[in-house]
Amino acid sequence: MHPALSIVFFTVTAGAGYGLVVVTALVSAGIGGAQLQNGDILLSAAAGLVAVTLGLCASSLHLANPKNAWRAFSRFRTSWLSREAVLAVAFYPIALVWFVSVWLDWGAGVVAVFAFLTMILALATVFSTAMIYACLRTIPQWHTSLTPANYILLSLMIGFLGFSSVLAFGDGASGALLWSTLLSVAVAFIGKLIYYLKFSAPSGPSIATATGFKHATVRLLDVGHSAGTFLTDEFGFTVFRGALMILRILTLILAFVVPAVAVWLVIDGSGLAIVFPIALVAAYVGLLMERWLFFAEARHVVNLYHGTQRV
Amino acid sequence: MRLGLVIDLDTCVGCNACAVACKQWNASGTSGPLSDYAPFGHDPSGVWFNRIRNYEIGDYPSSKTVHFPMSCMHCEDAYCVDVCPTGASYKRPEDGIVLVDPEKCMGCNYCAWACPYGARELDREEGVMKKCTLCIDRIYDTALPKEERQPACVLTCPTHARMFGDLDDPDSEVSQTVAARGGRALMPELGYRPVNQYLPPREARAVPAYDKGASLVDRVKHWVNESIAR
Repeated sequence: MHPALSIVFFTVTAGAGYGLVVVTALVSAGIGGAQLQNGDILLSAAAGLVAVTLGLCASSLHLANPKNAWRAFSRFRTSWLSREAVLAVAFYPIALVWFVSVWLDWGAGVVAVFAFLTMILALATVFSTAMIYACLRTIPQWHTSLTPANYILLSLMIGFLGFSSVLAFGDGASGALLWSTLLSVAVAFIGKLIYYLKFSAPSGPSIATATGFKHATVRLLDVGHSAGTFLTDEFGFTVFRGALMILRILTLILAFVVPAVAVWLVIDGSGLAIVFPIALVAAYVGLLMERWLFFAEARHVVNLYHGTQRV
Repeated sequence: MRLGLVIDLDTCVGCNACAVACKQWNASGTSGPLSDYAPFGHDPSGVWFNRIRNYEIGDYPSSKTVHFPMSCMHCEDAYCVDVCPTGASYKRPEDGIVLVDPEKCMGCNYCAWACPYGARELDREEGVMKKCTLCIDRIYDTALPKEERQPACVLTCPTHARMFGDLDDPDSEVSQTVAARGGRALMPELGYRPVNQYLPPREARAVPAYDKGASLVDRVKHWVNESIAR
């Protein structure tokens, strides 16, 4: 699949923003046992909202006809893309009420209710984003429950890293939060590793069922076009196997190993607060690579008609 | 009603006339224009609703070249329609034709991702998705003589390798042919239930080839027989 940079940026940045909002809401509700300053909550939530907004703005860049983008709210009954749009917009007013309730100190009850609602909407939006890809039977590597699992785990991971970064320059993160951050990195790493190991070899439909000739070898003689077409531009993108392995390893190091080591250094007591922003930037760059690979590695079944034996 | 095409892989000669007729009709029809990119340049490209690929089936000497025209299958479970966020893609309940409303399409490509058959192509100049309409602006045109109310690709095919009709009606010519010839759908395992059917090539003997494995006696016998026949 062609990795559209606007979608790569959108899914990672908005995912990070939603993750940050979820973690902020979670911790501010008292989970993790930390007593937080309202200023830290507001700063963290605001950073999350900015990331979400930047991501959503970028998502419109891949549209060939953006003037009709407003219509994307209409088919939420069948389309995950439409559900994502609806949830992303529904998220804003609720998140804003939560934000104001923290700011103006409306009392623990009101804050907790809106923190919970904001969290649910953020998680639902990330889930919908993932389901846009996971629901496609045409791309076997995406059509798995690992896709939404990975999107949510990665979003939470970068949320924890972001929240720890905010606290690093405030009150400092508590021990429980540091361990939660490390755990989120570890779980996200395992999820992504399983995905990489499971989807290395083609296992989907073959050229035999694509053409209907199931009892003979089928070879492409002539693809029928002399220049690139929409189909080759959109679905013909491939990464060389050697480059793929290097990129996967680099992704795992940047997105998971560097942040895990950084968090461990702080837990250990030998790291300074400055390692959190470094870990956050490494994870963000790592996730951009991870998302680029998510698209670049995906094998669409239409390639079977262009001579691929199995996707 | 479930309108669709039946394509005979036995008689198709891969002449591309169907693709050209399709382009000609639809470029000036309701879906038009079908934009071309650098049509007089080094790498001319553009939007086509119908593409023909060529495959070799089987191994020599039992191999066969098969020409393979593909366009929208007008699937019964058209997932391209389900994933469309704007409602631009729709399937007509009355005849099953899958269409795109260019007034609503935002050009997100999602429907093309959902299509296993490569039937949808984005018109980069218009910014909207385009696809086979089964020549909806021909087949219901009462100003045309009855025999011409068929898709342009079907009318133009010089070997009658393309048939158009209602695959819901068991007595229709297309349904009868599919039943008689063992017509089949492409990639049925994805569950899209494509309406278009492909008739497999008829059984044919392999072209005789020099048999390297024959014994000396057989080869002498063969030479004698050949000499006498001469």
